[in-house]
Formats: sequence, C-alpha cells, structure tokens
Amino acid sequence: MSVKLILRDKEHEVKHGMTLLDSLKKINVVPESVIATREGEMILDDEILKDGDVVKLIAVISGGSLSLRGC
Amino acid sequence: MKCKKCGGKASVNMRQHKLALCKEHYLEWMPEQTERFIKKYEMFTHYEKILVAVSGGKDSLGLWDILVRLGYKADGLYLGLGIDEGIGYSRESHRLAEKFANAHGLKLHVVDIEKEYGQPIPVLADKSHRGYGKPCAVCGLAKRHEMNRIARDLGYDVLATGHNLDDEAAVLFGNTLSWANEFLLRQGPVLPATEGLARKVKPLCRFYEREMTAYCLARGIEYIYEECPFAEGSQSIYYKELLNKLETDRPGAKLTFYLRFLEARKSGNLFIEKNVAQEHLHPCPKCGQPTSAPDLCSFCRMIEKVNSITAS
Repeated sequence: MSVKLILRDKEHEVKHGMTLLDSLKKINVVPESVIATREGEMILDDEILKDGDVVKLIAVISGGSLSLRGC
Repeated sequence: MKCKKCGGKASVNMRQHKLALCKEHYLEWMPEQTERFIKKYEMFTHYEKILVAVSGGKDSLGLWDILVRLGYKADGLYLGLGIDEGIGYSRESHRLAEKFANAHGLKLHVVDIEKEYGQPIPVLADKSHRGYGKPCAVCGLAKRHEMNRIARDLGYDVLATGHNLDDEAAVLFGNTLSWANEFLLRQGPVLPATEGLARKVKPLCRFYEREMTAYCLARGIEYIYEECPFAEGSQSIYYKELLNKLETDRPGAKLTFYLRFLEARKSGNLFIEKNVAQEHLHPCPKCGQPTSAPDLCSFCRMIEKVNSITAS
C-alpha cells in the first residue's frame, strides 16, 4: 500500500508518511499550481499522508484568451 | 496547520498573507476582502447595476457568487463562443453558468457569437488569419467587444470580470518582457468609462487563482474544470507557470509584483523620464562624491556607522 496522487487523468504513487508538500515535489508538481483534496476536503502542505490515502490534485491554472495587452 | 481565527483545522493557507483559515472562516474572509477591494479601487456602489461576465469557470462564477452574497445587483452575461473540439466545451460551460444562475435565481443574458456573427470563434479566427493559428486572440477580442456592447446596450453601469491576480500578473509579466508601455499604463483594477466604453472592473484582482479554486470548492460551486482546448501551450499559461515556480520559492512574489506596479502607475512616474535625478544630487560633505541623501552619502554613512560600532 502507498499513497495515490491523481492529477487530471494521471496517477502517481508515493510512499506514505511524507507530507503533501514533499509528495508534490517528488512527483514534480509545483505546489502553487494545485489544490489537494482528500475525501472531498482540502488538505494543506504540512498534512502527513497515510497509507492508502487517495489525494485528488485540482489544477488551478486557467487562461488562454488573456490578452497580453491589458486583459 | 490551524485557523488563525478559531484555532480549528485550516483548509486554506495563504502564504503571501501568512494566513491560514478553516473553511468556514475562509468563506467569510473572501467576501470581506472583495468588498474592501471594491471600495479601495472605487469600483462600484450598491446603487449601480453590474453585469458580470460569466464563462462557467471558477473565477467568474466565484465572483458572481461573492457579489450576490455582498448584496450587489449583479446580472450575468454568458457568451457562447462555439468551442467544441470534441468535448463540447462551450456547451458544458453554458450549462454550468445556467445551472448557477437558476440555483440562485439570477438573471443570465446569453449571447451566441455564431448566431450574432454567422461563425463561431474558431472559424472567425481561421478566416481572419489572426492569432497565428490559435483562436485565443480572436476570442479575447470578441469577448471584449461583446461584453462592452451588451453592458452599454442594456444600460449596465459597470462590467465586472473575474480576472484574478495570476491573470493580472501574467499580463503584467508579458507586457514587461516586451516593455509595452502603452499597455502597461492601461492595466489596473478599474478601466474608467470613456465615450462608448463601459467601465470595467476586476474585483478579484488581488486574489490568487488558487484562492478562487479554494473558494469554489468550499462553496460547492460546480465550474468547468477542463481547460479550454485551445488554451494548451498558450503564452499566458506559460507565464503563470513561471510565476508559480517563483511564488513557491518566494511566497508573495506575485502579489508584490502586481501591487508595486499599481503603486508605480498611480504615482504617475511609470515610464516618465526623470531629469530630477541630477537636480537633487549634491556633493557629500565628507567625500565630495555626488549623493541624493540629505547629508552624507550612503557609503560614508555606512563607514561612519561601522566605525561608531567598532569604537563602542
């Protein structure tokens, strides 16, 4: 058993006992760019991930039609 | 991490403010802060009619929700862009905007670009040869045009968009890279009304994109999560990713970047060549080198300070 991190349709596995922040670094996800939820509740960077945890990572970046000339 | 207000378990941590809050207090804090920004930048009053540009995304739905919670008279405007790309993007975003409006008993105006102008955005972009093969530039242009048209034609006092701080910082970053001074001088939380142009405001301009996502999650607002299929690889997203890497290492970097820019702009000195530098220089009474300091130059002050510490 380990911890599963899901970002969009990609699944990553990390060892349990790590903090969320360390787990994100491990899978090369910029912490500022996601919000993590476990069982529907938001969790923070210092949360220790337990064996069997499934953490859903919600990407926060959106955009595309932003005009670089002045929004 | 604990909520700064009640000591309960925190759900949101805003490192740039050194503030962690539980869900309940976060949902109180967001409208309070929005109201503060609305007043600070003199965006609008409770007597004015607001048109909120609603895309079905987290920022615009979050903004509409906050304004209604604050008691503002705010209607929505959804623009049907005709973006499908095999995932029915526009259809789904329209559904979510309607769902929110219906659930809260709010008025949503809907304008379909194809019905109005004969072609959806991707075709307009293709035929007009604008945007280097991507419809984002045409999409932005059409949105600005149509939002202004509807706000003006339907007699709204102000047009509110869901631009967040990451949007603003990305635009600022892009325009700074190219020193686009005329655009830099226009960027801000409020674009005043001019002949034929409605006042445009950005009440979320000081909230991180992350905070808007957290707000929608905490409020249970269903928004379109999928990215616009054309946004992949866009310049604005690239800049946001760069800025987020910076923010991770230096909390508050994005906020400082934007706020210091607004201060510089407000001071009226942005890009104005200052010839006063020479005028204010005078010789340092100790070393004779030119200085703008009122007495000794910085170097001599530093040496004096070190000497005084060493002597004591």
